[in-house]
Amino acid sequence: MTRGHLLRNILRVAFLCLVASFVLAPMVATVLGGFKSNAEIRTNAFALPASWNWEFYGSIVADPAFWRYLGNSMLISSVAVVLTLIVGAAAAYVFAQIKFFGSRMLFSYLLLGLMFPFATAILPLFIKVRDVGLLDTWWAVILPQTAFSLSLAILLFRTFFEQLPKELFEAAYIDGCGYVRFFWRFTLPLSAPILATVGVFVFVQSWNNFLLPLVVLNSREVFTWPLGMMQFRGEYVTEWNRTLAFVTLTLVPAIVFFLAAQKYIVAGLTGGAVKG
Amino acid sequence: MAPAAASRRLPASERLRRSLGNGRVSAVLILLPPALILFTLFVILPLGESGYYSFFNWNGYGAPSDFVGLENYQRIAGHSVFHKAVGNTVKIVAISLLIQMPLALLLALLIFRKTPTNAVFRLIFFLPYILAEVAAGLIWSFVFDGNYGVTASIAQSLGMDSFFILADRDWAFVAVMTVIVWKYFGFHMMIYIAALQSVPEDLIEAGRIEGAKRLQIVRYVQIPHIKPAIIVSAFFAIIGALQVFDVIIPLTNGGPSNQTHTIVTYLYTFGLTRLNIGFGSAVGVILFVAAITVAVFYQRFFMKGDKA
Repeated sequence: MTRGHLLRNILRVAFLCLVASFVLAPMVATVLGGFKSNAEIRTNAFALPASWNWEFYGSIVADPAFWRYLGNSMLISSVAVVLTLIVGAAAAYVFAQIKFFGSRMLFSYLLLGLMFPFATAILPLFIKVRDVGLLDTWWAVILPQTAFSLSLAILLFRTFFEQLPKELFEAAYIDGCGYVRFFWRFTLPLSAPILATVGVFVFVQSWNNFLLPLVVLNSREVFTWPLGMMQFRGEYVTEWNRTLAFVTLTLVPAIVFFLAAQKYIVAGLTGGAVKG
Repeated sequence: MAPAAASRRLPASERLRRSLGNGRVSAVLILLPPALILFTLFVILPLGESGYYSFFNWNGYGAPSDFVGLENYQRIAGHSVFHKAVGNTVKIVAISLLIQMPLALLLALLIFRKTPTNAVFRLIFFLPYILAEVAAGLIWSFVFDGNYGVTASIAQSLGMDSFFILADRDWAFVAVMTVIVWKYFGFHMMIYIAALQSVPEDLIEAGRIEGAKRLQIVRYVQIPHIKPAIIVSAFFAIIGALQVFDVIIPLTNGGPSNQTHTIVTYLYTFGLTRLNIGFGSAVGVILFVAAITVAVFYQRFFMKGDKA
């Protein structure tokens, strides 16, 4: 390796480390902050804590409300994923397998959701949810979330279903297998990769969603974790260490989940994006 | 569609019997409606209602009856806070295009090759993107807290007075944009990395043999090759800027004195929290028109014939 090469490599790594510290510093300060007394946070946000106080983390882990928030979010996200996968795949299957009058138009109609931000219709959504008596229930989050996820799901599913071998359906058809049965018995099991990609994508969106729960949920019993976290922050305004411990504890599942599902997340976000 | 083709040669009655028999019609009638109903009820109908409510002065109770025509739109158009919110959105777009995307591209060029160290850096840079925006906002509101935060520590060690950047009219939005760059550059970087990995290695090698410098290869081989990815990422940056909300709430909640609103926080603050449903719906309609305009314009001018 020439000297120019070496120098360039050193510069490269130095720059990467600089950006990495910009990325990591706030997170490190957050994790450490959960162990510090407030006085210590004040004087030194970055250093390791003088003594590791586990009480702030401990009190949150021991708080049933914390687990209820996580549980609510888990339930809402899981149901939204299952609904999106089933309802979305069913519709996409029809568009991929059966040509009928108006199918192109209905397909374009269902893709309209890709065109505009969720927030556009949030007020009428609030009114609607209130009028049908779903306000302050999990369904108030699940149903609109599912509906808004359908566009992308149907688009990706249809593309995938169209690439499944046609011979398979012909063979099954001769054996007397109808469309609906074929969908359950063959299409869905064969589509595991795309189901996983869309499922992970919908899950992350739902798990992190803030605006919709903020608008349609009022009582703490049904709060999702982002709402719970903001509530907690409001209660302990002057005690950053408690809030930081709370934030850290919610980062952990996100990071674990990301590491586990990295393949699908990156494929879903960038692959889908690059393919447009 | 071999079965469909086969059935075309049969008499009509037989065709009908068959298509009922193998469940073509019932498949359509069973599998399609759930999606159509959900989508119509919770996406399209509310969108239409936004348009309808926007012509009323309505607090959301009873039926809207106080028809005010375009008054809501006029009030929005004349509201200085809304101008600020639009200006802030434009600023986010500008920062995304001028700082965030070049940074992401530079990083992508440095670490797109599949090596273990690169994988670690890639993971680190992508980390902020996977965090919830609210969590990111809270973390940074700690960082920027003049009493406790990281900036406080730095100011103290430099012997300066504490500085409350989030409470400063001129600087608060700079802080917000810092958080936005921090949160999203990794996403754009990932798009570029995926694209850069698809640039054929021979092309780069050929350039090198011809004696092209590193920068020339970047300029004439790699960047042209990933242009579609850059165009798509710019689209996400613009559409994303129109939707910024979660990050603002924990950071500034739109303050100080309404300096850091975006279109969505404006909609939320002035439409929902004050139950001005008509007014808020009008903001929603404006947001909708903006998003559609961007999408159509983009399709026309940048993605023409581009299947990438």
